[in-house]
Amino acid sequence: MQRETAVRIEHLTKRFGAFTAASDVTLDVAQGEIFGFLGPNGAGKSTTIRILCGLLAPTSGRAVVSGFDVAKEPEKVKASIGYMSQKFSLYDDLTVEENLEFFAGVYGVPADRRAARMQYALDMAELADERTRLTRLLAGGWKQRLALGCAILHEPPVIFLDEPTSGVDPVARRAFWDLINDLSHQGKTVFVTTHYMEEAEYCNRIALMYKGKVIALGTPAALREQLRSDELPEPTMEDVFVRYIEQEDAKA
Amino acid sequence: MNPRRTLAIFRKELLHIVRDPLSLGMALALPMLLLILFGYALSLDVDRIPLLIWDQDKTPQSRALLDRFRGSRLFAVQGDIDSYRPAELGLDRGDVLAVLVVPIDFGHKLAAGQQTPVQMLLDGSDSNTASIALGYARAMVAGYSSEVRTEYQVRNGAGELKPPVDPQLRVMFNNELKSKNYIVPGLIAVILMMIGAMLTSLSIAREWENGTMEELLSTPVRPAELALGKLGAYFVLGFVDMVTAVLAGVFVFGVPLRGSLPLLFVSGFTFLFGALSWGLLLSAITRNQLLAFQMGLISSFLPSFLLSGFIYSIDNMPLLPQVISYVVPARYFVALLKGIFLKATGLQILWMELLFLATYAVIVFALLTRKLREKIA
Repeated sequence: MQRETAVRIEHLTKRFGAFTAASDVTLDVAQGEIFGFLGPNGAGKSTTIRILCGLLAPTSGRAVVSGFDVAKEPEKVKASIGYMSQKFSLYDDLTVEENLEFFAGVYGVPADRRAARMQYALDMAELADERTRLTRLLAGGWKQRLALGCAILHEPPVIFLDEPTSGVDPVARRAFWDLINDLSHQGKTVFVTTHYMEEAEYCNRIALMYKGKVIALGTPAALREQLRSDELPEPTMEDVFVRYIEQEDAKA
Repeated sequence: MNPRRTLAIFRKELLHIVRDPLSLGMALALPMLLLILFGYALSLDVDRIPLLIWDQDKTPQSRALLDRFRGSRLFAVQGDIDSYRPAELGLDRGDVLAVLVVPIDFGHKLAAGQQTPVQMLLDGSDSNTASIALGYARAMVAGYSSEVRTEYQVRNGAGELKPPVDPQLRVMFNNELKSKNYIVPGLIAVILMMIGAMLTSLSIAREWENGTMEELLSTPVRPAELALGKLGAYFVLGFVDMVTAVLAGVFVFGVPLRGSLPLLFVSGFTFLFGALSWGLLLSAITRNQLLAFQMGLISSFLPSFLLSGFIYSIDNMPLLPQVISYVVPARYFVALLKGIFLKATGLQILWMELLFLATYAVIVFALLTRKLREKIA
């Protein structure tokens, strides 16, 4: 079965003055896919995600999210995505429930769906017993899951997660990836950035980003396979990453 | 414009306000503090001027002149002296503002129909008060002088000759010339401008600093909805402050409110809308709470205090500040407030001021939504 394209990026370039944050990025992500963006800090992962969310205007190139051009129809794009930025962007002085109510309001969740969606988010984040607690008092893992819950209240078909697991303990990180898997099984497209190599294995496909360029693209298994040799019978994701960066630096 | 999204922002902002007791307390206490500070302490009325008297003459004539000073509420006689030493000391220390000296042959010369001087020493270091005191003293001496002349003429059979011109003065609108009657209405403008710009200056900058702005920009919320939702919440606070200030003005300070209450509130709302938008605009431009707060404080307090005609008459200013004052919204609101409170003037006279306020509010709001439409970098 041919799955629909959820995100299409064509020759996307973003420059800040003389600095090129993203250079000629081209890739497609299918509906229901978990797509990982890997790379060191400053590689251009966040910049690309921000362009896809309509937060930044691209210098050149084109991006289509959920069928809408991000430059031409940003409002429609915004209604069909959920975005979770690096800082878990919640209001600390609001309770768990108030945060959910607020995002349900700004995403325009219909009144008859609101209660069910909020309950879903509370259950998903395992915060049903903490609904009246101030967000400030929540531990990191809970905040992270609440932020995800807020971002998917309106059931967006495409979800962007920018370093969702940074600053969270390993157990909470593992639990968070279970949530991402659930979303994917529901048919949501999840676009996630990370700099944890082991998390690459949880993705259906990954793109390695380095100095603004996509230097490798494929399934984690295929990328590792390319590297397999007698000296390196069991290459890890880290090996893959180091090899591609060395090749890229050698070109320069 | 989506009402549900706007309402969501509005409710969230109200929660922020309620959850931050320090800012809320400041927002509610500041108007009272300013009213008490300026309403009571900043009296520009000059009366009970402390005065020393040296009566060298000690005749019925000298006593008659001095009794005018002793009986007046404009002067407060601190004591009688018999040399220049205590006069100098009193002026140096600032215990007294003026010294009145009646020379030794005062009564004798008057009786002989001759002109005679009296001496007034004044502390000119506060030139405004000194010149007002000088005016009072002149008027009192002149009153006594014409009384003496009339007596003299009657005694010499010329009959009572009245001064040929008799000024009939009537002070309109503030007939007791009380400074609080114009300070308190003007103060409402200063309070609303300060509160408006200071409270909101934190609002958008805080969202930038906490990263929530980025989240908001990724949602379908539109700039106008974000701006209106935030304005609405702070409007509630500003409205409370305005009612507080008006009630305190009328019932605590006894300022007459002669004009239309609806017009007062319509102009107040228009002004508040502009002031709140200004604070939000600074917040959106700086994206930094501290900077936005400082800019909000300076840009609201100083112009509305100095260039609004609140205390200092714009007509008496040099050309440059006069020109600048045209872009200070408080200038128009102060004119409206004084007109409504004291003169009971209506829209037929004040429409221009209201129009300026509305124009200011619309321009600042438009700049704000334009600023919010910008992408993150």
